[in-house]
Amino acid sequence: MKQLALVIDLNVCVGCHACVTSCKEWNTSGSAGFMSDYNPYEKDPTGTFFNRVQTFEVGEFPNTQTVHFPKSCLHCEDPPCVPVCPTGASYKRPEDGIVLVDYDKCIGCKYCSWACPYGARELDESQKVMKKCTLCVDRIYDEALPESERKPACVLACPTSARLFGDVNDPESSVSVNIRENGGYQLMPEWGTKPANHYLPRRQTSITIHKDELTRVDNPLKKERQLPMPGKDEQTLDDITSW
Amino acid sequence: MHPAFSVIFLTTLIGAGQGLFLALYTGQLYSAFNVLPIQDSHTFYGIGSLIAFLFLCAGLFASFFHLGHPERAWRSAAMWRTSWLSREVIVLPAFIATTMIYGIVHYFDLNPVLFTLGGAFPVDLSLLIGAVNTALAFLLFICTGMIYACIKFLQEWASPLTVINFILLGTASGFTLAALFSAVANSGLVGFYAGWAIIITTLAFVSRAASLLRNRQIKYKSSLATAIGIRHSSIQQKSRGFMAGSFNTREYFHGASQWFMKSIKWVFLVLVFAIPLALLSIGLNQVSLTLLVLAFVAQYTGLIAERWFFFAQANHPQNLYYQTI
Repeated sequence: MKQLALVIDLNVCVGCHACVTSCKEWNTSGSAGFMSDYNPYEKDPTGTFFNRVQTFEVGEFPNTQTVHFPKSCLHCEDPPCVPVCPTGASYKRPEDGIVLVDYDKCIGCKYCSWACPYGARELDESQKVMKKCTLCVDRIYDEALPESERKPACVLACPTSARLFGDVNDPESSVSVNIRENGGYQLMPEWGTKPANHYLPRRQTSITIHKDELTRVDNPLKKERQLPMPGKDEQTLDDITSW
Repeated sequence: MHPAFSVIFLTTLIGAGQGLFLALYTGQLYSAFNVLPIQDSHTFYGIGSLIAFLFLCAGLFASFFHLGHPERAWRSAAMWRTSWLSREVIVLPAFIATTMIYGIVHYFDLNPVLFTLGGAFPVDLSLLIGAVNTALAFLLFICTGMIYACIKFLQEWASPLTVINFILLGTASGFTLAALFSAVANSGLVGFYAGWAIIITTLAFVSRAASLLRNRQIKYKSSLATAIGIRHSSIQQKSRGFMAGSFNTREYFHGASQWFMKSIKWVFLVLVFAIPLALLSIGLNQVSLTLLVLAFVAQYTGLIAERWFFFAQANHPQNLYYQTI
């Protein structure tokens, strides 16, 4: 069964928030209605967002790593927010595994947001319905767009390609290969929600060099250094002299 | 979690309504077995059911304030196969309607004897309706409790004690209300209801204290390490991604001080259990309307505090992502 999802490479994310703004821009202009903002230019601005980038510091100074951590709906394969919905407004599409909210059925009881351990759902203060990441369902199937652009807005916006998009249940897809080969993992596995979105860990490339490897055993100069210094009137071609 | 007063009033009001109905029906059963004097259908069961009905309707009314789209509330009966909230939405109106029918049958004396059990025990219509409604009352308690108990990662709620507390606390307040009502109705059942109210309030104290003790030593399964998936004992959030508030910071943080959380716990323990138990014990010997009014008002006010604490105490794992601005 197809399961579309994002794979987010924490090794590459630089925390620029381009995915946050492009998500807001695309989805607030979408056919499903705007994502409301209150006091956007005043004290205490607030509004609906599907995606956020957070920053964590791992370790104690001076051995610290800064981790920028984008968080949106994880489109769980066993989403706890879906069965609790009393109206059926919250649902998981069987054809591609995207978890969506039917804004015309939602009564705004917030129960699904209580049932999401990741805090991925937000009640829109203006429309009074629950909203969440749609994986840009209105983009990815839009045949009016060139094929290369049929991806979520956040994926297209990422300047470092930290966000990959594809079918995590297809073993040959680039997302599956990345999860498999780069140690992709899920968030809060303890609740059995089986998030479809995966994260690739921070990776440091390192090699081990032993002391005896610091000098080259087969250094050609060693031999050549023993050659006598050529006279001043002799030929100084590289292949017959030591310099 | 951020306690919502709409849900606090919904759960406490319907709890008292359900408890009052259970109290009335218990009285009727005792009378049917000739243990208690038979009460007047008209003034006692009729008016009593009306009071229960009003409590339930007030609760239902409060619940609408919780919804973003109350005009679509009818849709919420759809998913009863999977959602406890949907089940509650079905059982609550059914219970209200049956309580009303029970009251009407008593008030207008539409109460024919349907059959006789064992040749000696006449079963009339109200006894049968009451039996059905008793089942509905308990079903409603289970639905209300399971709405909270079924969310496994809200570890303070995910326990059978949550359902037991809803049953016992609602029934206790209902029996206290019944004692007050029977004093007003001058029915002579004050001692009976006050006695049961003392027993149920004591049981409720045991189970609520058990859940308080359980919640004191909860080990949270989620941590920052599992939340962002980095295996390290020292992780600090440096930015949650925005400065002012969002739904995530408003809905899941109660925002009250530690001192307030601690004191509200003692406030509800005194108001729900200590004061009503003392006043009801005095009320057992001398029927005093003032004492019973005080007992019910104290217990109901205490239950509002108890429910506030119940919501505020639940620690949602999403809060891990919103530690620092």
